[in-house]
Amino acid sequence: MRLYAIRRQEPLKWGSCLVFPAALAFSLAFCCLLLAIQGKPPLTGLASLFAGAFGSHHALQDTLLKAVPIFLCALGVAVAFRMQIWNIGAEGQYALGAVGATWAALAFPDAPRPVLIPLMLLSGGLAGGMWALIPALLKVRLRVNEIISTLMLNYIGINFLDWLVYGAWKDPASFGFPMTARFSPSALFPRLPGTRLHLGLALCALAGVAVWLWLSRTRLGYEVKAAGSGPRASVYARMDYGFLVCLVMAVCGVLAGTAGLTETVASAGRLQPSIMAGYGYTAIVVAWLARLNPLSIAVAAFLLAGLRVGVENLQLSLQVPAAFGGILEGCILLSVLAGQFVTGFRFRVERDEGRAETEGAA
Amino acid sequence: MSIELLIPLLAAAVQSGTPVLFATLGELVTERSGTLNLGVEGMLLMGAFSGFFVCILTGSPWLGFVAGGVGAMLLASLHGLVTIVFLGNQVVSGLALTILGVGLADFLGQPFIGQKVAGFSKYALPGLADLPALGPIFFRQDALVYCSYLAAPLVWFLFARTSLGLALDAAGENPKAAKAAGLSVASLRWFGLLAGAFLAGLGGAYLSLAYTQFWTSNLSAGRGWIAVALVIFAFWRPRGAVLGAYLFGGVMAFQLRLQAAGANLPSSLLLMLPYAMTILALIAANLRKGRAGAPAALGVNVEPEE
Repeated sequence: MRLYAIRRQEPLKWGSCLVFPAALAFSLAFCCLLLAIQGKPPLTGLASLFAGAFGSHHALQDTLLKAVPIFLCALGVAVAFRMQIWNIGAEGQYALGAVGATWAALAFPDAPRPVLIPLMLLSGGLAGGMWALIPALLKVRLRVNEIISTLMLNYIGINFLDWLVYGAWKDPASFGFPMTARFSPSALFPRLPGTRLHLGLALCALAGVAVWLWLSRTRLGYEVKAAGSGPRASVYARMDYGFLVCLVMAVCGVLAGTAGLTETVASAGRLQPSIMAGYGYTAIVVAWLARLNPLSIAVAAFLLAGLRVGVENLQLSLQVPAAFGGILEGCILLSVLAGQFVTGFRFRVERDEGRAETEGAA
Repeated sequence: MSIELLIPLLAAAVQSGTPVLFATLGELVTERSGTLNLGVEGMLLMGAFSGFFVCILTGSPWLGFVAGGVGAMLLASLHGLVTIVFLGNQVVSGLALTILGVGLADFLGQPFIGQKVAGFSKYALPGLADLPALGPIFFRQDALVYCSYLAAPLVWFLFARTSLGLALDAAGENPKAAKAAGLSVASLRWFGLLAGAFLAGLGGAYLSLAYTQFWTSNLSAGRGWIAVALVIFAFWRPRGAVLGAYLFGGVMAFQLRLQAAGANLPSSLLLMLPYAMTILALIAANLRKGRAGAPAALGVNVEPEE
């Protein structure tokens, strides 16, 4: 008896609804096992994870706030991935966005809020976008592999941020800690009264709808998706592949840069190295889990933000290292990738006995 | 720069190039069989941790060295499961492997942070160590560096002189033809993936057992990614891998020397150096024309047929 797998004409529609929960359950089980190996109560850990993420009003706000940078980065990553441009550089573009916005906040401390916040959005988005254009141009002009160049630019961007906060931008009153001075109040995002929810959430909604409209309703968006089949196909279709590469990279850079500035302004109110929390990498997990679809990205970003907040709670309650979050994310992504096999293929069982008999008769 | 300064610098370049060399050779073997594995950074760290852990457990650095390779193979087998068996996207699976490997090594290594290990010490090869210039640079190193001298010719021999090497290339260049010739592409790709992971794991074990000889988080510091880049720089040839690895060893050693010498430059700027050099190396590699490129079926999964 042999088992055959045959690619389906159309992937199963309801498949991901099945695969994702299964992958999540499998990954949580694996992480429980790890906790048990280290002599920590796995079920208490799981409970603490969920309580920390979704268990209270406070926890939900934390999760929602953390979902903001993850969503923005993932949206950008998804745009690039749609075109099969493997931009791993959201982390560095995020860093540059934070740097760009900080420049505006430090240079114009006396500007009123209606001027300063748009200015910061502009300088942050621009810095992130320009940073993303470097690998785009390297790819288009010199055929440099974008996976490597974006990754190297992450390391360079993070070191650049460090160089600024350890040097030129260091607050003299910070007792030697690497951080800039606090931003002026007019640089801070307005918040919804009575909550900690801020302008960043509105930016997310705006960006999400804009990207969705762009990809599904415009000619350019259609070209981006079509160019995913490679430079050759787009040349046949008379599309400018190089321009499209630069465009998707710049869009991703602007979105990731916005994420960086949101986190700087809203969570810290100053630039410090701790804003680099690996959201750019989590974004890749989120984008792929959501199959690059903007609406699903919102859901996946919320879930993974929840896991991150939950792991922070776990760190406090059971002294589990922060790396636990990475294990969980890597495990979920791997099992979803494997699980998508079920949605893309159907199986057929073929008995060998029948064939053996016919061969025997002949 | 005077010769008294240059020789220790080059010796240090060989040392810091060694883990990159192991990892680059490993990724080269994997990619020539048609699998793109972006999990090198994760495999290096898993190799570093497994090597360190087994060495602490058994007291034998050699067992640790082998365990490093095995640890990375275990991690890489997940990549094989996802891409060779379940035909998942190779780029994304490799990234997931890095995220998972970095996390696992960090998580499992947490209790050992700062702990020292009796790893490999320097051993001057009798005779060779007294050669002028070459002796102090290449032959007063530890045993693992000498192992790495063997690894590169071995990989060259595999692809240039054996039928297994030919079959691996076939799986990477034209899997359909390989299949028609009666080869099992899946088995070949499994072999390429696991053999490559074993080499990467050895590189990781070198980091914890010879280079630092103590455990700290993020020992690899991006070396895995540099190795992925160097495979491109080397045009998928072992000789280029050796050149690239020592070049980068040199940049890293130079940057450390400058920091130690109290150069009037902020360390965060010096830390950018290897990464910026990686991009420059790729640009330089792409400017050379008329050379063979990547294996034709690199990153392309082989689907089962009806």
